[in-house]
Parts: sequence; structure tokens; C-alpha cells
Amino acid sequence: MIEIIDAGLLLTVQDLGRAGHAHLGVPRSGALDMRSLRRANALVGNAPGAAALEATMTGVVLRAHAALVVGVAGAAAAVFVGDVPAPVGRPMRLAAGQVLDIGPATAGARTYVAARGGIDVAPVLGSRATDTLSGIGPSPLATGDRLAVGESAAAPQELFAAASGAGAGAAEHPAAPDQPVTLRMLAGPRADWADATDLAELAHRPFVASERSNRVGLRLTGATVGRARDDELPSEGLVVGAVQLPPSGEPVVFLADHPTTGGYPVIGVLDSASIAAAAQVQPGQRVRLVLASSRPDALPPGSVQIP
Amino acid sequence: MVQPRLIPMGHAAMLIEVDDASTVPALAAAIDAARAAGEIAARDVVPGAATVLVDGLSRVDAAVLADLLAEWEPGEAEQAEVALVEIAVAFDGPDLADVAAGWALTPDQAIAEIAATEFTVAFCGFAPGFAYLTGLPEHRAVARRAEPRTSVPAGAVALAGPYAGVYPRSSPGGWQLIGTALGVTLWDEARTPPALLSPGTRVRFLP
Repeated sequence: MIEIIDAGLLLTVQDLGRAGHAHLGVPRSGALDMRSLRRANALVGNAPGAAALEATMTGVVLRAHAALVVGVAGAAAAVFVGDVPAPVGRPMRLAAGQVLDIGPATAGARTYVAARGGIDVAPVLGSRATDTLSGIGPSPLATGDRLAVGESAAAPQELFAAASGAGAGAAEHPAAPDQPVTLRMLAGPRADWADATDLAELAHRPFVASERSNRVGLRLTGATVGRARDDELPSEGLVVGAVQLPPSGEPVVFLADHPTTGGYPVIGVLDSASIAAAAQVQPGQRVRLVLASSRPDALPPGSVQIP
Repeated sequence: MVQPRLIPMGHAAMLIEVDDASTVPALAAAIDAARAAGEIAARDVVPGAATVLVDGLSRVDAAVLADLLAEWEPGEAEQAEVALVEIAVAFDGPDLADVAAGWALTPDQAIAEIAATEFTVAFCGFAPGFAYLTGLPEHRAVARRAEPRTSVPAGAVALAGPYAGVYPRSSPGGWQLIGTALGVTLWDEARTPPALLSPGTRVRFLP
């Protein structure tokens, strides 16, 4: 049993999300930064998609009511077990009654806490994820909430010995908040709806992450992209990482809780590493959108292919 | 006929665009059938107004999908077995009179026309179980309300643009409210499938 002592800005249960219901209007949801969810789970020997906690910006404080093995990944933050600084990137043992305290994110925005055995809440449509757009899955967690942890075999000693094990290795920290984050995108299906010059110069536009960003999308402000055409696009399916251009011209990068269909043109789609990076952007942080076209018909105007 | 066009949507999805929007349900059904038969693996098949999105595709599956669509023809067979859902409606919506006036009909005539229409779920979105229903003729398209309502009750039957819809739960909404669906639950997570109306489903509104 885990007790939430401080849920912070937004604390939710997340896994790999609910696939296969998008045609009914159900977002996939799941961890915004799947890479970090997998890493946290790997640290404690869970399956990659086991349900874990996703904390937002301000961290989380929780108490173990029974002995527990936890792993932390994602945003950089000070982590304490009781009063003792904890080794991030390694599994940690919490004794019954001990408190895990994850401080505010110093770089990145989302921290994942996996508990060996997984967070045991009732799945809805095949997933334990909290979908903040449609309200499916468990409610966001509040201070005082208690969560069951799934059954598991005792943690094998190798987990603790493996300093460079599956989960610990290659942990890249998110960019510091005063550094720009570069998000790479392929040309989207409606790239031709964007002003060609704006699209060609996209990488030089000084976008900034809006305070209105959330699990639905990373909203960019600070620069705009013009439209090449103003007619209405019939609603069409959306994917995670889609970069949508609303009438304001301020792009929205859709994250896990994105609506399943939408009527504004999708001018680009992020690659998977950039989706994880987008999930770790702090409000106010600078963002560069770089069009990495692999489609010959979507090369920025002016670029010439030489045989 | 013109074959559907495949447009890459990122590394793992294809957006398939058709010229004739009325063929979308049949196209989605054909892709679902190919998936059920194990010909392609995909996570989600999502119809839109004039497109079908296939998400969670490997490169190999995307290639198989392209081959499949090169030979696809919209047939009747795929739609023959689609369910018909009849929904009893109290035509008590606050915008019914305005909608009827816009059609140059009395409210009773407007109700009769809606009741005589067989709708089809073109696609879902906005909220779980919210279906965009086509079937009304083009000249019956209605504008959204200038000011969306902050709260539309669950079960509200509404029109906007070329579509009809039923709000599965209370939410803000800008559609013109014409009635209230009686005795149906549009969305129930505990039910299989959870949505009463899924793409392709035929729908009639009974006064």
C-alpha cells in the first residue's frame, strides 16, 4: 500500500494506455513520456507497461505502508528516502513507513515512480491510465489517497547490483529549463495547409511552451505559422505527436490524452524520441520545431535535390 | 474509380483519403476485416469525415495496406450486416423551432423529416461515444450556435453542419439541440462494446 502525502500539481496513474478504442472517441492516454515509464519499470523488474505514477513539475511525496521497491525516472529532481538522498537510476528499497520525497523538477516536467508489482487499480478498457481529456480511468490522485501495489516475487538481488542494468543505462536528462528543446517532426498530412515560407523557416521561429500546456497537448506560443489555405478541413484522425495548426497559428503538439479526431490541419508529426522530449518541456521553456522531411514531396520550398 | 490515397502521418500511421466521403465506413470496415484476418497488424483504425487513419503500423504492414487498397472497391457487402439502432426521442430541444424555421418547415414537419431519415455513424470524436451521424441531405445543414452552451445535458439530440449527434454525457456544446434521447445509454465502460454507436452503425430517431 502506498499513501500519497503530497500529490503535487498533478499526479496520475499511467501505463502504456488503452489501444484499440480510438474509433469510439477514446484517447489512447498512457504515460506522456513512455521512455521514462519503461525505464522506471525496468529499474524494479516490472513489465515495461506496468502501471506507475506520473508526477508533474512539483514532484510527489509518498509513504510505503509495507516494504516496497521503487524506481524513479524522467525529470531531474532531488530524491530522498526519509532524510537520505537517494540514488536515482537505481532501484530503492522503502521499508514500511518510509517516505519517498521527490522534489520539484529541476529539468523536465514529468517524473515516473514505478513500484515493483505495479500500481494495482482497476483497469478500464484494458488500461489503468488516467485519461484527463475524457475522464476514463482512475481520477487524478489527491493527498491522502491510498493505492494498492500488485503482487510480485521478492526483488532479485541482481536488480540492485546492476548499476548499468536495463533501466539504469543511458538515462539522458531532459534539457535544463533555460535551454531550448529541439523537437523533430516529419511533414504531416496537411503540411501544405501551412504557409510555405513559415514552414521552411520553422526551425528559426522562437516558440515557447505555454502555461496552458497539459496532458492533452504542448501548446506553443511566441511565434505563429500562417495558413496557405483558409477553408475548413473535414475532421480526421489524430496521432500522438501530431503538430496541429489552429486558427491562431500557434501550433499544438498533441500528447497522450489528445482528442481522437480533429478539424485543424496537422502540419507535422514528431518522431517518438521527440514525443518523449515534448512531454518533458517546462512551461516557459523555448522550443525549436525542426522539419526533418523524409518525404520528397514535402521538402521545404527552395531545397533542391541533386541527383 | 479513384483509389484511396495513403498519406504518411508520422512513422507509424497512415491517413487514407477518399474522394467520396460516403465510402469511409466501407473502407474502415475493409481495413478492420483485414486486421481481423491477420493480414495487417494495426493498433487503431479511426474513420474521419473523409479519411481513415490507421495507427500503430509497422513499415511492412504499411506496405501490405497499400497493396490492399490498390485493389479495394467500395462494395455493398461490407455494410450489409451493420446493426440498426433505433432511439426513441422526445423532440423537446430548445433549438428545434429555430432549426425548423431555417428549413422553412413547421417543427412537426422537421420532426417528420428527421424521423424518416436513416442516419449512419460516419465517425466518432469529441468525447467517448460521441458519434457524428450523416444522412440528412446537404441543404439541411445547420450552423453551430454562435455562443456554445456551457452545459448540454446527456442524451441531448443535436444538429450541426451536416451532422446529427447525441451527447453521451453532460458537456459544453455548440450544436443546435432538437430533442432528448429516451432510455438509452450512449457510453458505458462496463459494456462491450462501450459505445452504443460505433462507426458504420445505422441509426433512426423515433418520435
